[in-house]
This record gives sequence, structure tokens and C-alpha cells, in this order.
Amino acid sequence: MPTVLLLGATSDISVAIAKEFGAHGYALQLAARNTEHLSPIQSDLKIRYNVDCTVHAFDALNYDSHQSFFDSLPVKPDVTICVFGVMYEEEDAWNDWKLTHRMIDTNYTGAVSILNIAAKYYSAQKKGTIVGISSVAGERGRQSKLIYGSAKAAFSAYLAGLRNKLFKDNVHVVSVKPGFVYTKMTEELPLPKPLTAQPEEVAKAVFNAVEKKKNTIYTKWMWKYIMLIIKNVPEPMFKKMNI
Amino acid sequence: MKKQIANWGNYPVIESDEKLFSYTDELDKLVAQPKSYIARGNGRCYGDASLADNTISTLKYDKVLSFDTEKGLLEVQSGITLDQVLDIIVPKGWFLPVTPGTKYITIGGAIASDVHGKNHHVDGAFSHHVIEMDVLLANGETITCSPTNNNDLFEATCGGMGLTGVIEKVIFDLKKIETSFIKQKQVKAENLEEILQLFDTYAHYTYSVAWIDCLKKRKNFGRSILILGEHAKIEDLNDKQKSDPLQLPKKKQITFPFNLPSWVLNTFTVKAFNFLYYGKNFKKEINNVVSYEPFFYPLDAILHWNRGYGKPGFIQYQFVLPLEAKQGLIDILNRISDKGIGSFLAVLKVFGKQESLISFPTEGYTLALDIPVRKGLFEFLDELDQIVLKYGGRLYMSKDARMKPEVLKAGYPHLDRFKAIIKKFNPDFKFRSHQSDRLLLTKDEDKSKVKIQNSKIAEAQF
Repeated sequence: MPTVLLLGATSDISVAIAKEFGAHGYALQLAARNTEHLSPIQSDLKIRYNVDCTVHAFDALNYDSHQSFFDSLPVKPDVTICVFGVMYEEEDAWNDWKLTHRMIDTNYTGAVSILNIAAKYYSAQKKGTIVGISSVAGERGRQSKLIYGSAKAAFSAYLAGLRNKLFKDNVHVVSVKPGFVYTKMTEELPLPKPLTAQPEEVAKAVFNAVEKKKNTIYTKWMWKYIMLIIKNVPEPMFKKMNI
Repeated sequence: MKKQIANWGNYPVIESDEKLFSYTDELDKLVAQPKSYIARGNGRCYGDASLADNTISTLKYDKVLSFDTEKGLLEVQSGITLDQVLDIIVPKGWFLPVTPGTKYITIGGAIASDVHGKNHHVDGAFSHHVIEMDVLLANGETITCSPTNNNDLFEATCGGMGLTGVIEKVIFDLKKIETSFIKQKQVKAENLEEILQLFDTYAHYTYSVAWIDCLKKRKNFGRSILILGEHAKIEDLNDKQKSDPLQLPKKKQITFPFNLPSWVLNTFTVKAFNFLYYGKNFKKEINNVVSYEPFFYPLDAILHWNRGYGKPGFIQYQFVLPLEAKQGLIDILNRISDKGIGSFLAVLKVFGKQESLISFPTEGYTLALDIPVRKGLFEFLDELDQIVLKYGGRLYMSKDARMKPEVLKAGYPHLDRFKAIIKKFNPDFKFRSHQSDRLLLTKDEDKSKVKIQNSKIAEAQF
């Protein structure tokens, strides 16, 4: 039975991904800072899917702990999925360096720290899969997602580079770029229904991408074309736009 | 986020700020806000019970906490829906102790409405199977209650429409099954007299319900099909079914794509439907073994079937009359057939005995019918209410969107005690809904009208 490790396992998207992999018989390792929140998720997954499910304390910002966290996993996962991330109001982050710093560190530095560790392990094993949940916000810098977008851009570039680096070692890397998703993170936003995915749709797409070794996926698929347009707006024009 | 919400009847539609939570401490924080709320599950009650300016959606609070497969006990968070529960328990040889006609309701909703099923006369209502539950009160405290522990909170929470607090986790018992199939019997009845007789004859069946044609007059007045069922034993199954006796039904659904224009539903189309529905059973009696899904949840196969009643929505009118009030049933059916407002779905059932504080079921005949919202409907239903009360009956709050507070008061003998318990646990009416305000359960008199956003009641006459 293959095992999947979920980093940031208390989020809506991660719960949906865990269910999808659980339904396909994967053993599950849930890692998050708040292990108290993980406990109902753990019992739920075990009972629904009759799979093994373990809970692990993990803090994305405590880089020094990452190696020992990975070493202490009772079974090394076949698939490592990095789901954690944080999105603050850009206005607040603009006015508070601490928030800006935290947004960069969580979305980028923390992710690189733990995924480097997993990547080294997988390349030594000559097998394994890494999935990073990035965002369409990282496709082009713009004012309304200034810091979040730039951190996700860095993360997307890291994932692409990692895919390139690990290809020779038979390790696959999937970049996931969700558009809008209905989650608690976006609860207060009036999202356009046709462009907004349910966490379950993202989960299905992630599972499919892992099974079929896809490189980059967008959820929903229209986002690929929306971002293609946005990326192709000439900069002299783009800089004047209010987006 | 503020959005337009409605329950299953699509009437009324109101604007509500709906909040989600996944974890108990997030719920605590929400309830600590200086606002009033009502907890809301999957919105499958029909009227305005889970509508309010501020709602707390329990749908992400849906984890299974424990499952004792020996004793048949399930512990869940209140936002899990019955369809998810069935997927978990059926393959292990267990079934819901009580289920209503849809599996798309939450466990919290099942308790708050104290739902009943086709087995009420044998197994009682849902609350009968709740071992214990945790309720978060207005003061931020979480209390565990059961029939023996904090009994007043327990009683007022079962059927209490969310007015005591927010149900958190629940432990309830399950029914042991050998197979996931139902041994079904359908018997046709020519008229009301015969169907009531048949209910008596087949009272020993675990599941029984009748579909009734409300538009027939004279000798076919009240013609019906009685639908009976038992959980099938292994030996009842055919070879194909035997290969996996606890199999889950295949998930195939179609979606009702848009609101049907209001004029589509009229006496003629309903008569045509009834003709076909009654006529499909050629024989007096049909016996077969079917999956549990078409037996318990025939309408769940069509997602959004409520759109069939059009944009103005519909009212499901459900009442119960004592067994001795057969004449009341006749009076009401007569009024309905005279008015020509029969619905595709009119369902008759006999309830067994139930003693409860505020739950709907009580021994007698219960009839439920869907009626599209049209001009003049509410006046007509007010008249029916008077007949229901005259014969000692009452209405189901979970279906209600329009009854007057006096009707509730006259129908529920323990209403004052219920109000006193609400006052004890929810003293400042932190938990209140559009319905509880309308029925004067959470305020004294009806001054401020909440805006109802259905564009207008359709002009079409019956």
C-alpha cells in the first residue's frame, strides 16, 4: 500500500486530497502545526477508508526541525504533497513587515526547506513523487496579490526547477496551480462560480496528476487560458491596469 | 459572506451572512461574536427554519469520530450528511435507525427536526436513537446531554429547530442489517377507506408509507399505493445480489437543470402524473427485492428536483391528526381535491406513539404534500390549519414557512415548557431563525418583518 504525506493537513484542500488518496487505498500521513485539529480528521479518514493514518507535528516556519521531522516518519512516503500556505490581506502586509515576511516564509522558504529534504531522499531512492500546491497568483506579478503572488511565483519556479533536477533520478514533480477554490481562506470573497473549484475537484485533479505523471495542472482548466492571456498583456499596458 | 439562501422549498429566499467552520475551537470563536445565529446544515428543511441574517454552516464539520462495528454505535460531528454515513456503515452491515425521504440532510438537522421515517410506528423518531450529544450553548459552554443527563437540554434540542444551541458531536445507534437490499411489497388501494385498512393489516411491517392521489373524487377518493418493506435477508436475494449482499448502490444521478416555469404545474399535469404513477402498477400487489436507495430515497436520484416547482418555490404542507380523527383527514383531502391543488407527491403514513416535548410525530395519520406557491395559497392553508387544529392535530415545523404562532401554540401542548428551556439555555436569543421569530419563539411580537426576496408570488391561480 503506497503512502502519501500531506504537509499542512488541516486545510480544506488538504482534507479533500487526503480523502481522495484514502479512497484509493493510500496510507495517509497528516502533518500540521495544530495536531489537535488533525485528530478528528485522522479518525474520519481511518473509518471512512479503512486505511492507516498517522498524525505528525510539523511547523513550516521551524526550518531546523524539518530534517528530524522527515527522519522520524515511521514509513517514508511515496508521495509528498506540500499544501500549506498563507494569504493575508495585501494591504495589511504592505503596512506590516512581519506579515509580509511570514507570507514569504510560509509560502516559499518553508516549502523549499521541507521539499529539499524530501527531494534528496527520493533522488537517493531513485523514485518518488513531490506535489506542490502553488497558485495562479504566481503567474504574473500584480498589485492585488503583491506579496502572495511573488512568493507563489518563487515557489512555482522552484517546483519547475526541481522537476528538471530530479528527472534523471526518476522522481516526478507536479506543480498545481489552482485558481479560485471555495475554502475558508476565500470564504469572504465573492467568487465567480464558473471559475471557482470545490476542494474535491482540486483533490481529484491532484490524484490524477500523480497517477498520470502530469507536470503542471490548473484547476479549473480555464485558468490555463486565462493566465495565458494575462501573461501576454504587454507590460506598458499591464502596469496601468488595476488588477 | 452575504448571500441569498433558501431551504428546499425555495420559499422564502433571504440574504444571510453564512460562516463556515471545520474545528470545534473555530465554532467557539464564532459563537463568541456579539451576533445572533442559527446553525444550518444542508438546507433540506423546506421553509424558513434554518434561515437567519447570520447563519453558521456545519457542512465542513463532518468528521466521523468513532465507529463501534460490534455494538453498532457511530460518533460523528453534526455536519456529516446521511449519504456519507450510509457509505460508511452499510458495507459493515449497519443501517440508519431512522431515515427521512432524503439522504442529503445532516445529523445535526436530523436531530433539530427530530426526523421520522417509514418505520416510525416501529422504531420511533431519530431522537429515539441518540445516545448522547454535545451542545454548544449561548454562553460558550459545551454541555453533554442525553435522555438521562441534562435531560431538559436534550429534550428541547430534539425537534427544537436549533434554538438551544449548536449541536457538536453526536453518538447514535445503528440498525443491524444482513444485506443492503429491501424486500418490498406494493399494494394498490382503490380509496381512502381501503388504504387506512391496509395500514392496519400491514402494521407489522417495519417500513410503510403510502403515495396518495389527492385529486380523485367519489369512489376513487384517496386512491393510493401502499409501499411496504423489510430489510432483506441473504436468502431473499438473487445470485447476483448475493455476490455482494452489503453492496452500496451505484451512484447515478441526473440534475434538474433549471427552474420550471410556474405554469407547467397545473391540475392537468398533476392528474396525468398521478394517472401514470398509479397505472404503472398493473397488479394489485407487487413483491420484489430492491436496493435501499430507490426504496428510501426515490427523489434523491434527481438533484434539484425542487426546481420543478419554479422560481416562486413551494410549500410542503405536513400535518398529523390523531387516529380517531379520520373524518379530519377526509375533510382536508376533500378541500384539497376541490381546490385542485394536488401535488406530485402526497404521502400518507401512520405514526406510532411518541411522547416528546416539541417533536412533530405523535400517534396518528400524517399527510405531506407539496404545493407550489401561488396567489391565494397562504389563505387556503390558513383554512386547512383550522381543520387540523379542530381535529387535534399539528404541523411540522421543519416543513413550515407560513403558519401563524397561534397554530403552533394550539398544536404543541408542551410549548410553554419548551420556551422556558430555550430561555434557560439561550436567554438572549443568541440562537434564532427567521422561523423562530415568526413563530414568536425568540421574540415577543412580530414587529420587524424580515425582507423576503422571492421576486413576487406568481400570479397564476389554481
